[in-house]
Amino acid sequence: MPAATSGIIRFEGATKVFPGRGKGAEVRAVDEVTLDIREGEIFGVIGQSGAGKSTLVRLINALERTTGGDVVVDGVSLGSLSEARLRPVRAGIGMVFQQFNLLASRTVSGNIAYPLEVAGWPRAKREARVAELLDFVGLADKAGVYPSTLSGGQKQRVGIARALATNPRILLADEATSALDPETTRDVLDLLQRVNRELGITVVVITHEMDVVRSICHRVAVMERGRVVEVGEAYQVFSSPRHDTTRRFVATALRDRPSPEVLARLRTRHTGHIVTVGVDEVAGSSAVLTRTLREHGVDGTVVFGGITEVAERPYGSLTVELVGDGGSVEAAVAALRAVTWVDDHGTAADPRKVRGVGQQDAPDADPAGPPDPGAPGEGLPGNGPFGGQTWLTGGIDL
Amino acid sequence: MNWDYLTPLLWEAAGQTAYMVLITLLIGGFLGLALGLGLYLTRPGNLLQHRFVFAVLNLAVNIVRPIPFIIFLVALGPLTRAVIGSTIGIEAFTFAMCFMATFVFARLVEQNLVSIDPGVVEAARAMGASPFRIVRTVLVPEALAPLILGYTFLFVGVLDMSAIGGYLGAGGLGDFAIVQGYRQYDWAVTAVVVVIIVVIVQAVQWLGNGLARRALRR
Ligand SMILES: Nc1ncnc2c1ncn2[C@@H]1O[C@H](COP(=O)(O)OP(=O)(O)OP(=O)(O)O)[C@@H](O)[C@H]1O
Ligand SMILES: [Mg+2]
Repeated sequence: MPAATSGIIRFEGATKVFPGRGKGAEVRAVDEVTLDIREGEIFGVIGQSGAGKSTLVRLINALERTTGGDVVVDGVSLGSLSEARLRPVRAGIGMVFQQFNLLASRTVSGNIAYPLEVAGWPRAKREARVAELLDFVGLADKAGVYPSTLSGGQKQRVGIARALATNPRILLADEATSALDPETTRDVLDLLQRVNRELGITVVVITHEMDVVRSICHRVAVMERGRVVEVGEAYQVFSSPRHDTTRRFVATALRDRPSPEVLARLRTRHTGHIVTVGVDEVAGSSAVLTRTLREHGVDGTVVFGGITEVAERPYGSLTVELVGDGGSVEAAVAALRAVTWVDDHGTAADPRKVRGVGQQDAPDADPAGPPDPGAPGEGLPGNGPFGGQTWLTGGIDL
Repeated sequence: MNWDYLTPLLWEAAGQTAYMVLITLLIGGFLGLALGLGLYLTRPGNLLQHRFVFAVLNLAVNIVRPIPFIIFLVALGPLTRAVIGSTIGIEAFTFAMCFMATFVFARLVEQNLVSIDPGVVEAARAMGASPFRIVRTVLVPEALAPLILGYTFLFVGVLDMSAIGGYLGAGGLGDFAIVQGYRQYDWAVTAVVVVIIVVIVQAVQWLGNGLARRALRR
């Protein structure tokens, strides 16, 4: 985790209003955003299509100018600069794009050399730097080929090399992995992580995939209709999402919680009391779960769930079928609630609707149902045995 | 048919055509490229967007381009006299050709530039490139192949325009075909000129295609 706390990028009530197209109404693409991005961190911006993510990030290198408020990059207020004065600022900020945006008329080397030409580097220095960058992104053998012959992942590596050419302190990545398959996405994310760790570059990652945030971001901002509705440590946002939009995104990255359809299928196989129990670093672990159930004389069978890593810390949930006498199940659930969040789905005979963190959308959720389970439990230090990704489905006896 | 008499005249006519066409391609090509870039750049949403300038340029191109060249020659008369000092002769005629070629080529250039992915322009901008640098290092190189083909197309159009040079006493191959062939009922002379023109057009088209293919080899 980066130690520095100074905001290398500061949004101060930044607003971008586009005039309406034709006779349409104006669009408030970014609406009074105040936000600090710290030096040395990987900062994620997530939101649905049209939320204003691209516009927000384009304010950082002034590809779009604010219509209100200001953006301060490295102490320089962009709002007051002329177009010509902005060019050197832009040259000091690298940017990678979803569609790569490489010049088809130039070879891989030529593309990487482009920003160096703009910055006026002499030829010899340019060539040395290009070779260095090709090495860094692992494309030394592709120097002389044209981009059209490269795969998507290779193109994005060229894009990243090009963005790093002039030693920027900030790298902006607008949906850098959205055009790539999962495996290539992993490679490119690893590369971005290396850029952050080895070169100390502040990385701003725009995405609509929570998985990207989960795997590399230190902090994240959630955008909706031009506004930042939630911002915080990635782990905090995952473990206790406060906004509905955030909850939905979290659910897409953590497929550990049963959807209503999955739940319906589970009920046909498991007739007992089904609950989903949160597992995270602080609030609980399967050991706590096992102990609590034993203390109450309740049998638990894991029927669904998984624990994964968020910001390199364990996080997830287990869905368990509980079988016990009389009020023992209710007592066990109450005891669990003291240490973590619990979604109580009831039994097949007496189902309960919960507005769980895990459910994609629950417009029909019972408003009088159990309290929002999204809040993390308190106390009990985690002793979670789950390190990497442990995915469980089916029946495993605890 | 008296080729001893006609051959020197044919050479003279070919020289006149070469003069008109080459100067027009040079000047009209250059100004057309500039005007086309102007149209592209000032278009709303583009690098140097400017509603008013774009509207003026666009209107000018739209007005001039569809005018039949023979009428355009007459309409341009006063301007031709002001610039060249006369409304007849090869200079006056070439002036009008340059004018028309500029507008024709401007539209071709603009259409080819529009097809460039705006993403690469954006990337260049994000790297701090100035608009002039983007024109030089992104727009022209990225659209080079279609620009070459457009220029080849312009050549054919210009050759076509030059055929009516006789109306202003500019001479040229077209004039030769009419004066020495058509009016003398000497179809062979006309046929020879037609063959010469077809061969030239074919050669230039072949050259243009080849260069465009080379530019596309990436
Ligand atoms: N140049 C523009 N002119 C007018 N409206 C624009 C312009 N650019 C973006 N918008 C509008 O601003 C809003 C935010 O767009 P933006 O591209 O920032 O969203 P996004 O979150 O990046 O979406 P996506 O995930 O689809 O890329 C949208 O409603 C969009 O239509
Ligand atoms: Mg976007």
